[in-house]
Amino acid sequence: MDQTQILTGLTWNDAAYLLPEVTLVAMAILITLLDLAMPNKLSRGFIGWLSLAGVVLSLFFVVLQMLQMNPPDGSAGTDVVRLLGDSYRVDDLANILKITLLTATALIILMGIQSIKRDDAITDKGEVYTLLLPAVAGALMLASTADLVTLYVGLELLSISTYVLAGIRKRSVKSSEAAFKYIVLGGISSAFILFGMSYIYGVTGTTNFGGIGAALGPALADYEALIYLGFFFIIGGFAIKIAAAPFHAWAPDVYQGAPVPVTAFLAVVSKGAALAALLRLLFTTVLFQTAMFTGQGTSQFGPDMLFALKALAASAMIVGTTAALRQRNLKRLLALSGVANAGYLLVPIAVGMTPLHTSNISEFAFYFIAYVFMNIGAFAVLSVVGRSAGHDELKGYAGLYYRAPWTAAAMVILLLSLAGLPVSGGFFGKLFILLGAAGREDYWLAAIMIVTSVISYYFYFSIIRQMFLRTGDTGEPIRMPFSAGLTLWICAAATLALGLFPNPLMSWIQDIVSLPADLFILQ
Amino acid sequence: MPEQIPWLTVLTFSPLVGILVLLFLPKANSRALRTAAILTTLVPLVVSLWLFAQYDPSAQAGGIFVEQTPWITAALNSEALNGVASYVYEFQYYLAADGLSLPLIVLAALVATMAAFASVHINKRWKAFYIWFLLLETGMLGVFMARDLVLFFLFFELTLISLFFLIGIWGLFNREKAANTFLIYNGLGSAIMLIAFVLLIVTAGFQSVPDGEAMRLVYSGNYETIMANLADPAAYVNIPDAQANGSNPFFMSEGMRWLVFILIFVAFAIKLPVLPFHTWMLRVHAEAPPSVVMIHSGVLLKMGAYGLLRFGVFLFPQQADDAAYVIALLGVANILYGAITAFVQNEFKLVLAYSSISHMGIVLLGIASLNQIGLQGAVFQLVSHGLISALLFLIVGSLYERTGTTDLRELGGLARALPFMSGVLLTAGMASLGLPGLSGFVGEFLAFLGLFDSMKGVTAIAAVGVILTAVYVLRSVLKITFGPMSERYAALNDARLIEAVPMIALLAFILLLGVYPSILTDSMQHGFDRLFEQLNSRVGG
Repeated sequence: MDQTQILTGLTWNDAAYLLPEVTLVAMAILITLLDLAMPNKLSRGFIGWLSLAGVVLSLFFVVLQMLQMNPPDGSAGTDVVRLLGDSYRVDDLANILKITLLTATALIILMGIQSIKRDDAITDKGEVYTLLLPAVAGALMLASTADLVTLYVGLELLSISTYVLAGIRKRSVKSSEAAFKYIVLGGISSAFILFGMSYIYGVTGTTNFGGIGAALGPALADYEALIYLGFFFIIGGFAIKIAAAPFHAWAPDVYQGAPVPVTAFLAVVSKGAALAALLRLLFTTVLFQTAMFTGQGTSQFGPDMLFALKALAASAMIVGTTAALRQRNLKRLLALSGVANAGYLLVPIAVGMTPLHTSNISEFAFYFIAYVFMNIGAFAVLSVVGRSAGHDELKGYAGLYYRAPWTAAAMVILLLSLAGLPVSGGFFGKLFILLGAAGREDYWLAAIMIVTSVISYYFYFSIIRQMFLRTGDTGEPIRMPFSAGLTLWICAAATLALGLFPNPLMSWIQDIVSLPADLFILQ
Repeated sequence: MPEQIPWLTVLTFSPLVGILVLLFLPKANSRALRTAAILTTLVPLVVSLWLFAQYDPSAQAGGIFVEQTPWITAALNSEALNGVASYVYEFQYYLAADGLSLPLIVLAALVATMAAFASVHINKRWKAFYIWFLLLETGMLGVFMARDLVLFFLFFELTLISLFFLIGIWGLFNREKAANTFLIYNGLGSAIMLIAFVLLIVTAGFQSVPDGEAMRLVYSGNYETIMANLADPAAYVNIPDAQANGSNPFFMSEGMRWLVFILIFVAFAIKLPVLPFHTWMLRVHAEAPPSVVMIHSGVLLKMGAYGLLRFGVFLFPQQADDAAYVIALLGVANILYGAITAFVQNEFKLVLAYSSISHMGIVLLGIASLNQIGLQGAVFQLVSHGLISALLFLIVGSLYERTGTTDLRELGGLARALPFMSGVLLTAGMASLGLPGLSGFVGEFLAFLGLFDSMKGVTAIAAVGVILTAVYVLRSVLKITFGPMSERYAALNDARLIEAVPMIALLAFILLLGVYPSILTDSMQHGFDRLFEQLNSRVGG
C-alpha cells in the first residue's frame, strides 16, 4: 500500500511527473509568441481554442499519471512521488484537485471564448489566455506543494497573473479599479503569509511541511507564542486569498470589475487552489498536535488552531450570507455567496480528525467539485444575460423564463444546488460536510451551516423569482452562444448527476486517497 | 398483479413519467395538457387503492409493503482504525407503506387527481403548471413512504420547491409575498428538521456489523435501524461515556434526546401548523390558486402530523409521553384560536384556513392521547379533514371563477343560482362541523375519546371547540347559500361536468368514511403496536 518514490535529483524521467505544469507553461509561451508574431489585423479567436487544447492536454497528463499510480486492474500502484528534494509531491490528493482545477479552467475558457471575443473593453484578446495558463500552472503547484517555498512560488504565480487579469478590460474604469484593489489586498495577503512563514522557519529550521510537522512538537515547548503568531499570520493571509470573512471586503469589488470569465476563475480556481494548499499545510503540521496524535491534553496548540479555523469558517458563512441578502448586483452576490462557500469548504479542514472521523478530504473534495460546477454554470448564465441586459443587476433576469426557457431551467438547478437544496450536488456536498461536523460533535458549526443555508434561500430564490415570476421590459429571446450553452449544460447535468448519484464520486475519492501517504508526510 | 413489479416505486414516480409526456405536448393546448395530467394522476390513485385493498393489517409486520435497495454507500476512511473492514455512510432507497402511511398515500393520490380536475381554472402557462404539479405529487407520495432520513428529506424539499413555484406563478395578486413567506417559514422548518436528522444519523444511526473477522461500521439513515437502536439498551447510542472507556461519541444523553425531539416537533409544527407558526399558512390559503390549496390544505399540512408521529412520537416515545400534556394544550389552543378567529373572518378562504388550524388541533389531541383510539382518531381526522378541505377549496375555486370574489359580505343566496354547488357546499360544511354520518365526526369523536382517558379536563375544554366550529361553519356557509341574492349572480351557471366529477367523488369518500369508518381504522390496527410496547415497558420498568 505505502509505496513511495523519493526522487531527489531531477532526471528527464522524473521530469515527466511535471508534464501537466510544463505543458501549461509551454503553451503559454507558444501563445505569447504567436500573439506577438501575428499581424494585428488577424483575429485572435483561435488562441482561445489553442489554450483550451493546452489545458485539456495537461488534464490528459494528470489523468494518465493518476491511472499509472492507481492501476485500474487493482495491482499495487505508487502512492506518492516526491520530487525536488521533497518539495513537490505528486500524490492522489494532488491529482484529484488538479483534475478538478483543470476541468474548471477548461469550462471557464469554453464559457468565456465568445464573451471575451465580443468584449470591446478588452483590447488585447490574446493576453487573457497568455495570463490564464500560468495562473493555472500556479494553481496546480499549490495542489502539489509540500514546502513553504514552493507554496509561495505557486501562490505568487497564481496571484500576479490574476492581478493583471482582473484589470484586463483596459478601457473600463471599474476593471482598473478592481485590479488595483486586488493588487493591494493580494500584496497584503502575500506579506502576511510570508511573515508567518518566516517565524515558522525560524522556529523549526525547515521549510518542508513534513519537517515542520515533526519539529513543531518539540519547538512548542520553547517558542509557543512565535508559533501561534506564525500560523495566525499564515491563516490570515490565506483567508484573504480565499475571501473568507472578515478578510473578504475586496471580493465584491474585484468580482464586479473583472470580466466574467476572470471572475469565475477567481471564484473557483483561485479559491480552490488556495484552500487546497491551506489544507495540506495545516493537515501536515497542525493536525499532528491534536489529540488524535499526541493524546489528550498535551498541548493546546492544535485545538486552538482548529478553533481559529472554525471561527473563520463560521464568520465567513454568517457574514457572506447576511451581506448577500441586500445585494442586487448578481456578480457581487456571487462574490458574497463565494465568501459563504469558502466558509463551508473550511469546515472539513477545521473539524480535524479523530480515529472515527478521517473522511475530511472526501468531504472537502466532493463539495469543491460540486462548487466548481454550480458556480461556473451560474457564471455562464451571468455572462450571457449580463451582456444582453448591459448590466449585472438582478432586474436583468426578469422574465428570463420567457426569453430563454431552457437557460432558466438550467439556472434553477444551479441555484438550488447553491442553496443546498436537493436534488443537486450542492445538497450532498453540504450534507457530507455536515455529517462530518456533527460526527466530530461540533454541533454549533453544523447548526450555523444549516441556518446560513436557509437564509441563503432568500437571495437565491430572489433570482428564481425574477426569472419565473416577473416579466421583463423586453420579450426578445436571448440567444445562448454555443460554447457558453455547452458549458451551462455540462455544469447543470453534472450538478444534477452528483445530486442523484453522489456515490461513485465519493467512493472514488475515498478509494484512491490514502491518508498515510497523501497527508501525513513523515520523514 | 405480479409481485416482482416494484409497486411503491411505480406509485411514487409515475408522475415523473407523466412529466416526460407533458414535455412533448404543445404548450398552447391546455386541454391536451390537462387530460394528460389527469390521466397521469390516475396511475398512483389506482395503485394506491389497490395496495390499500391488498394490505392485511392482521399480518402485523408481514403486511407492510417494502422496497429497499442501497442508494448511497459513501465510504469513509477506515485506515486510521484497526480491525475495521469498512466504514461508511449508508443511505438507502427505502420505501415502505404500513397502516399509518397507506391511508395518507391514498388521500394524497385522491386529492391530487381531484386537484388536477380542478386545475381547469388555471389560465396561463399550463405546461409548466402541470409539470410542477406532478413534481409536487411525487414529492408528497414519497414523503409518506420514505423510510430513510435522507430520502425523506429529499422528498420533503421537493414539495417545498414545487409549491413555491405553484404559489408564486399561478397565485392571486399577492402571490410573490405568499410564496416568499411560505419559503422562509418552511425552509426554516426543514433546516430544523435537517439538524435533528443529522444528529440522529451520527448517533442513533451508528452501528457496527460483524463482517468476517473485522467490523463494518455504518452511519445509517435507515429509519428502522435508528428506531431499533434508540430502543435497544445495548446499542451505542444508549451507552454512556462512563461505561465506554471514558468516551463514546455516539452516546445520546437525555438532554440531547429532548433537544432532538423538540427540534423534530418544531420542524413539523411549522408544517402542521401549530399555533405560533401559522401565519405563513394563512397567506398560502388566501393567495395560492384553489387547486393548489386543495393539495396544500388536503395533503401537505398532513405531512406535518405524519412527521410528528413518525419521527417524533415513534422515535422518542418517552419524551412524547412526558410532553403529552403540552402537546394537548397546544392542541386546545389551536382548536379554540382557530375556531374563534374563523368566526370573525369575512373572507371565506380565511374562514377555511382558520378552520384548518382548528381541525389540526384535534389531530394534536389525538397524538397527545398516546393510546390506540386517540391515535387512530388523529390519523382518521387527517384523512377526513384532507378530503373535506379539498372539497371545500374545490368549491371555493369554482365559486371564485363565477363570482370573482370569496368575500362573505358580497356573496349570498347562491342556492338559487347554483343549486348543485350550494348543496355540495352545505354537505361539506356539515362534514366539517362533525355531523354524524359524515367522516368529520368519526375523527373528532375518536380523538376526544382517546384523550378523555388520560386528560379529562383538557378534553372538556377542547370539546367547546366543536360547538364553535358549528357556529362559524354555519355562519359562513349559510351566508353564501341563503339570504338575498345580488342581481349580478342571477345568470351564473351551475357546476360543469369537469367540476362536478371531483365534487361527487370527494363527497362519496366523505360519506363512505362516515358510515363505514372501520375501512380505515382496521388498516391501523397494528400500526402503533411498537409504540405501545415501548410505552408499556417504560411503565413496567
